[in-house]
Order: sequence, then C-alpha cells, then structure tokens
Amino acid sequence: MIISNFKDNLTFSTIELDVGLKAALAKSRSDLIAELTASQLKGRGGAGFPTGVKWNLAAAAQADVKYVICNADEGEPGTFKDRVLLSDFADLTFEGMTIGGYAIGSKIGIVYLRGEYTYIRPHLDAVLAARRARGLLGKNILGKQGFDFDIDIRMGSGAYVCGEETALIESLEGHRGEPRNRPPFPVDTGFNKMPSVVNNVETFACVASILAKGSAWFKALGTARSAGFKLLSVSGDCKKPGIYEIQLGLSVAKMLAVVGGEDAKAVQIGGASGTCVPRSEFQRTIAFEDVSTGGSVIVFGPDRDMLEVTKNFMEFFVEESCGQCTPCRDGNPKLLGGIELLEQGRCSMRYLNELLALGETMQIASKCGLGQSAPNAFLSIVKHFKGELMGRTHGVH
Amino acid sequence: MADNVRDTSRAPVSQAGHFIAPVEDDTLIGGRVTLTIDGQEVKVPLGTTILDAAKKVGIRIPTLCAHPDLCSAGLCRVCVVEVEGMRTLQASCAYPVSQPMKIHTHTRKVRQARRHIVDLMLSQHYGECYACVRNNNCELQSLAKEYGVDFFRFGHPDKPMCEKDESSHSVIRDMNKCVMCRRCVRTCIDLQEVGALEAVGRGDKTKISTFMDKPLADVVCINCGQCINRCPTGALRANDPTDEVWAAIDDPTKHVVIQTAPAPRAAIGECFGQEPGHALTFEMNTALKLCGFDKVFDTNFTADLTIFEEGAELLLRLQDALKTKKGPVALPQFTSCSPGWVKYLEHFYPEYIPNLSSAKSPQQMFGAIIKTYYAQLNKIDPKDIVTVALMPCSAKKFECNRPEMTDSGFKDVDYGLTTRELAKMIHEAGIDLPKMAKSDFDDPFGTATGSGVIFGTTGGVMEAALRTVIELVVGIKVENLFEHADIIPLRGMDGVKYVELKIPSVGEVPAILKPLFESWDFLNGVTVKVAVAHGTANAKKVMEDIKNGGPLAGCHFIEFMGCPGGCIGGGGQPIPTSQTIREARSKAIYDEDSAYAVRKSHENPAVLKIYTEWLTEGPCSHKSHELLHTHYTPRGKFIA
Repeated sequence: MIISNFKDNLTFSTIELDVGLKAALAKSRSDLIAELTASQLKGRGGAGFPTGVKWNLAAAAQADVKYVICNADEGEPGTFKDRVLLSDFADLTFEGMTIGGYAIGSKIGIVYLRGEYTYIRPHLDAVLAARRARGLLGKNILGKQGFDFDIDIRMGSGAYVCGEETALIESLEGHRGEPRNRPPFPVDTGFNKMPSVVNNVETFACVASILAKGSAWFKALGTARSAGFKLLSVSGDCKKPGIYEIQLGLSVAKMLAVVGGEDAKAVQIGGASGTCVPRSEFQRTIAFEDVSTGGSVIVFGPDRDMLEVTKNFMEFFVEESCGQCTPCRDGNPKLLGGIELLEQGRCSMRYLNELLALGETMQIASKCGLGQSAPNAFLSIVKHFKGELMGRTHGVH
Repeated sequence: MADNVRDTSRAPVSQAGHFIAPVEDDTLIGGRVTLTIDGQEVKVPLGTTILDAAKKVGIRIPTLCAHPDLCSAGLCRVCVVEVEGMRTLQASCAYPVSQPMKIHTHTRKVRQARRHIVDLMLSQHYGECYACVRNNNCELQSLAKEYGVDFFRFGHPDKPMCEKDESSHSVIRDMNKCVMCRRCVRTCIDLQEVGALEAVGRGDKTKISTFMDKPLADVVCINCGQCINRCPTGALRANDPTDEVWAAIDDPTKHVVIQTAPAPRAAIGECFGQEPGHALTFEMNTALKLCGFDKVFDTNFTADLTIFEEGAELLLRLQDALKTKKGPVALPQFTSCSPGWVKYLEHFYPEYIPNLSSAKSPQQMFGAIIKTYYAQLNKIDPKDIVTVALMPCSAKKFECNRPEMTDSGFKDVDYGLTTRELAKMIHEAGIDLPKMAKSDFDDPFGTATGSGVIFGTTGGVMEAALRTVIELVVGIKVENLFEHADIIPLRGMDGVKYVELKIPSVGEVPAILKPLFESWDFLNGVTVKVAVAHGTANAKKVMEDIKNGGPLAGCHFIEFMGCPGGCIGGGGQPIPTSQTIREARSKAIYDEDSAYAVRKSHENPAVLKIYTEWLTEGPCSHKSHELLHTHYTPRGKFIA
C-alpha cells in the first residue's frame, strides 16, 4: 500500500524518538546485530547490501578506531528523499548512527553531506547540539558507561561519484573522489584505513525504527526477500510528484496509479544508473529481487522523447564519471556519441550493436558501481524503444 | 635504520592500492589459498594478487596500468578476469585473494572487455606508431597487436587534441598519447613522493596535469624522469638533443668530445637485445668513435676528482666541527652529484642547502675541465669545443643548462644525452654495439678507477669515499677492513642504509691535503656515521628524520641519489625498468669495479696529475672552487 506524500503520514513520523537507542543500549552488541540481521534490512542507498551483515563484519574487525559514516551525498538524478529525511527526521538518522557506533564499537560518526545541501547544515548542527545537550551524544551516552559517540558533518563538493562509498571515503580523506579497489572493503579498511560502515541516510533511520519497534514488525512488511518500507522520490510526467512511502514489492502499475502517471510509456526506476521499465513491464515490482531502487522514480509520459531521455542520462555520466577507469571514462562518451548519431538518423545497426556490446563491457569491467551502472539506461532504452530510436531519419528531431 | 623512519607517502588509497598484509608464515592453517586458474590448481599465500598467482602457473595476463615498481591502482581494466560466482570481472592486478576461487583468464567476456578497453584507449590516442620514440617499445602497441586490433572500432583522433609541453629541459609531455594509466602520477606521488603530476578534471575531461596546468618547467618537478621510464606509451619522453649532437659532429670546425657516465654502459646493451647486466664499456668507446666523436672520455675521472673535492670539503667541515669549533657547521654533508636530488632539496628542503656539498657533479666538473685544462693542453679554442655528456639521466639535461654552469667562460656541458638517445644514434649509424671491438678511453684522462665506476649505483659514492678516507686518514689498506675492498654494508637496494665506522687511529696527512690539514688528530677515535638513500621517497624519509632530530641527524655524510637504485635506474636508462633489471645493472657495475686494476679514487694517476700540473693548490683551493664547485638556489614550493 502507498502512503501519501504528506510527511506526517510516513512511518518515520510514528517512530518515538530515543526508544530505539535505549533498546539498543540495553542489548549486548551481538544481540543488537542479531536483531538487525533478523529484520532483513538491506541498504537503502540502492545496492541493497544486508545491513546486519555489514555491521557484523565491522564489529568483528580488530581496530582501535572505527567510523560510522552516513552517506548523505544524495546525488542520483531524481532522488530527493534524503533531503526530506534530513530536514524532518534528522534525529532518527542520528539515532541510527549512534546505534551503529554502539554496534560496531565506534566513537566517531561522520555525515558526508551533499554540497548542494549546505542550507540544511545549520539545522543539522542544531539537532546535533540538542542531542549533545540531552546526553544522546558525547560521553557515556544515556548513562551507558564507556559508550562515547559523537557526530561530525563534512561537506561534499558536488561530485556524483562520491556517493560511491569508497570514493566518499577518499573525498573525506581530502583526495580526489575516486573509487578504490575492493577488496578490501570499507568494513575492513575504510576511512583513514580503519574499519568503517557507510550507510545511507534512510538506512540509519530504518535502524532506529527497527530497534524501536522490533525486527518482526519490519520483516513483516514488504516481501520475503525485500523486507520493510521504502521512500520513493517521484518526479517526471505525473500529476502528483513528491515523496512516497511504499512497502517493497509494490508493482510499478500500482505505484503509477497513486502518483497519477497511469498513461506513462516508461518509468525510470533507480535514477540515471537504474532501469527503464517500459509499459509492457509495468507489472514488475519495486523490490531488490526485481526492480531495485535507491528511491528515484522518474515517470515518462506518452509524449516524452526516449532518445532525448537517454541523451540526458548519458550526458550526465560523461560529466560525472570520475575519469579513473577506461571503460567508464572513455566508454560513456562513445555511448553519447552513438545517441547523437541516432538523433541524426546516421547510426548503423552494426555500430549500435557495437555500442550495446560496449555497454555490456562497461557493466562488468568498470571499477565501481557508477561505471557498471552507467550504461543501464542506454541499454534498457535501446532494448525497449529500438523502433522509436531507429525510426528517425536524417534531419528530423 | 629504515625502520626508524615513518611512512611519508601522500598517495591516496585509490591510487596506492591496499592489500591484505601478507601472512608471516603461510604454512599455517588459512595462510594459503587454493585457486583454480584456467583449470590449473595453485596454492598461494593469502593476499597474493590474482595476477601474481597466475604468473606462478605460467599464465600471462596482459596489464597496462600495473607496474612492478608501483602501487596497484587497478584502473585501466586491461587485466580483468572472470571469477566464478561474481557478476563483474575483476582487475587481477588489484585483487588480493582471501578465499578459494575459480578464475578464468580468457573467456569470451574477458576477451571482449579487453578488446573494448584497448579500442577505447586507441580512440583517445593520437599519433602514428612509426613517428613515435616508443615505436616497438610501447605497451599500447603490443596490446593492440595482442588483441588483433586491425581497425579503430571507436575511431582514432586525426589531429592533436592539445599542445605538447616542451618547456622542460628534461621531460617532454605529449598528452595526445596519454592513455590515463596514471603510472606517471603514481611514480611521482608515491615512488618519488614529489607530486608534480596529478589527474585533474572529471569524466572524459580528465587529464594528467601539473599545478594549475603550468608548464612542467615552472612547477615543482625535479626532472628525475622516472615517469618517462614507466610511461607505457610515448606520452612522456626526454628532451632529445641528438639532432644538435649530429650537427656538431658533422661540423668540421667543432671538436666534439663525449664523456660517458658509468650507468649507461651497464644498461645500453638492453637497447641491442641483450639481457640486463652486461656492461659494454669498451665496445661503446669504439662505437662512439665510429659515430664521429673526436674524443671519448670517462666521467669516472671526475668522479674520482669529486672524491677529492667533496671528501676534502667533508674533512674541512669535520675539522671545523671537531677541532676549531668555529660557529655552527652544516653536518651531515649531503652529496651533490645527483641533479634530481639537488633540485628536490632546493624545492622541498631549501633550508638544508648549506649541507649540500658545493662540489659540482662529475658531469659538470668534466665540462669545466674540458673547456679549460683540456683546451689549453691541446691548444683548442674552447668556443670550438662541444661537450656532450652521456648520462643515464634526464635531470642532467637540466643541470647542464643551469645558468651558473658556465665557469669555463662557456656553457660547460653543451648537451646531455641519455642512454636511450645514444642507442638511437648508434642504431642510426648502423653499428651493432655488442659486436664492436673494445677500445680504451682517450688520454689525457684515460680509464678511471673502480671507485669512479660504482658512482653509478646506490651506495657507490659513499663506498668510493670511504675507500679513500680509510686509506688517506687511517693510513691502512681498505682491504684490511673489507675483503677485496668491497664495502658490502653500503651495497644493495635497501631504501636507506646506515653504516658506522670507528677510526681506530690516524696516519699522516698526505701531501695533497697538507694545505688544508695539519694533522688528522681531530678524527682519532671518532666514529664516522654515514647513510645512503636512493629515490627521493627515501631521501624524504631521511630528511624528515634529520628534521625531527632522529638518529640520522647524527650522520656526518649522506649519499643521496634521486632515482631508485641510483644512476643505473636513472630517467634516461633503457625502458622497461624494474627492481630485477636494476639489480642486474648494479651487478654489472660492481663486476666492472672488481675487474679494474686501480679501484681507489686517490690512486687515479690522471687525477693526481691534474693536482700536480694544474690545480696545484690541491682540492678545495681557490682555483678548484672557481671551476669545480658551485652554489644552489633555494626554490621552495612557490609556483608563480
């Protein structure tokens, strides 16, 4: 079922603050992580890595210093749900981070805030100050002897790739935002080469909610493989764009009905790096096992030019590739070049097939998730709208 | 001693790679991982890369951005392999194994990905192979051949995309040929810890650049040329003066002399198909004459001279510190023969310029001597003499162009030629170098000593200095202390080496040093502490240790060489380079030293002759200061 875009109707509004943190601190670390694992929460940033497993690895890592990092570099085109979370539910997010600090044995939390969200910073600083004043951050939190934790905010500088966790860490360290090789993973060798968990804003808010209401409550929502609820940022050719909350497993068609986009010819789910779902596949579900998303939903109405849409996405990736690995740096401009040829009606089938193969190479050979997902939109749009794309003749737009 | 100094690298982890620490005892349970690579089973220590594991079973995986001297970035993606159970391909150079895996190195996906990657690189690579300095020695060209590139699938630039940077005397950057492997960046930031080169921009606008995109000559570049040695293509090359050298040879009014440093002769054979480690010293003499050089001299002559000048300078500093105790004395004294190191110090530690020996490098001493002493002796107008220096080095090109290097009244050294450039000239002259008959160096400088030869490798300057100091100060034969006069603790490829030597007793001051010293009593019982560092990353460790008052601050004399391995690993040496290759060249140097009849600088008859006939007031005298010593420029890191 879908809850309307009014924030008071979101599940997060129903979560009583501090309850989750108190519940967490009453547990042993291993019980806490077990609770989280039992909830089957998967990362809300889009990749969907099980949060319990990630935290367990970080907790097991031997190190004096560990970090809890909140990825608030919300940069995926068409996503704006973290902005709402940070504006209206910052306490819940910080509570989740504090729980994370306790779970993995970290004293330091860092919010990596998107450069364009500088205007939210004073609000976040105020929330943090209030939490410190209430003993929810600082030394011996809520009277728990030996549990010290505080949160610092660092600003990003506008690179999309810094949403990739290892590039985010590089950026935090003051370097160019460029992804690292993995393994090792951040849970082992992260910020300052220390074990670090990097989670999305929404994931932390979910953690606090799960601890407040129990893993069984959360797991009961959604599907067997995609537990819980998910915020969507809906935009594009629909009557009611905005923030929506769904239970995972909802079909695209039902979602469109609620947002007033029934006549859409396609929906881009997961942003520029996501998947383009054509009308013929609207029965597919929004879930990790089917169409996965970090929250971005862009609706394309019947009059939308899919070639223009693809071009827009590819221009984005040409610009936002970090420029490190060959397939992404040099591959994206080739795909964009192909689109320009299509626009002019001058792209041969042979060359288009060559570009499709190149896209597949980029998906498997790029160094990080950005390059691996950059051709997704191109590949899925070409697959589903080949007629529309190839139907152009020279000089016609 | 290296344990005392901290890691100073500033390289980001995305570039530096970061592997699972190798297990100390891989025979323990869990210490080894069983891999199946293309059906072959291999057990490797935990943390081994897939690439190295494949090598063990004789499977070659192509690479481009990987280099044995550099940290692993895993960014070109040429070395990708397929691992069963993984959706994406993995960069084998950067994947440390920690659990059993089944790996396939040439599946359809892998081949297609590699071909695409090579095609993409070629689509950004401007230039024609036959008009390239790296023709037949280019890793991109080899890859294109290996992957059967017979057309440009994604196009090929038909005109240059940017201008070449030819500002530097030493290194020329033609970014039209750059394939963004960033080996130069990793060389500069991690291997050498200079940081003149870095990637800037994003996406397809990413390029390798300098601070604010300034010309290389204007930024903090030490001209070491290590980036050239590691560039897979012709994007980086040395500033090549062979045309000018040929023109001088062809000009009958010019008397063209060449001095040859020790390191090129130990490596030039590699340009003629020989395995590393064969010195072609005397074959090269013949070939140089055939090329048309009028005289061929041995730079080792001035290396031996350096031992006198720099050694006397050190002893004077020690005398001031220990005996006369007049004012603060800049100790430890640093060697000054490596122009890469000298510029590094001028940029990064200008406050330590007083510690730098004022003695010129052997190359520059020779230039000054040829255009003064040699010119007078042979009644040649120095304006008609062209001095060429065969060096393993790109920084020597900068050094000979330093404005202060004109003490003869002319440009002391006209052209610095690298090993690679000379090999090209010899090829052009149709000479098969390894088959040449042997011939000696020309008089009046003759063939120098073994001590001069070992200047070409890390530790060599210090070994030469100690051989002479022991004999001239202690008054005993070096052989009494070190078998065969080989000072082994100074040899080898350790980044920082440290040796203490107690002076048990002192002998008579030899006549040549009488003008400077009455007796050696101030050295009696003193423990001389010396250190050796090669590569500026190691130099930085030493300098930081000195700055922080660490143990190396107590040294008396430190040998620094700007390049890894010393001159044998110089930026003008044949490509490729690796630790194994440098060790082989080093061995060739020590073998040559062993074979020489005279092995100590102070026994070089030509050097003794120059002090009796010309520099009659001895080392560090007024005249020697005029011609054989120099001064330095505190450059700092400010870039205008």
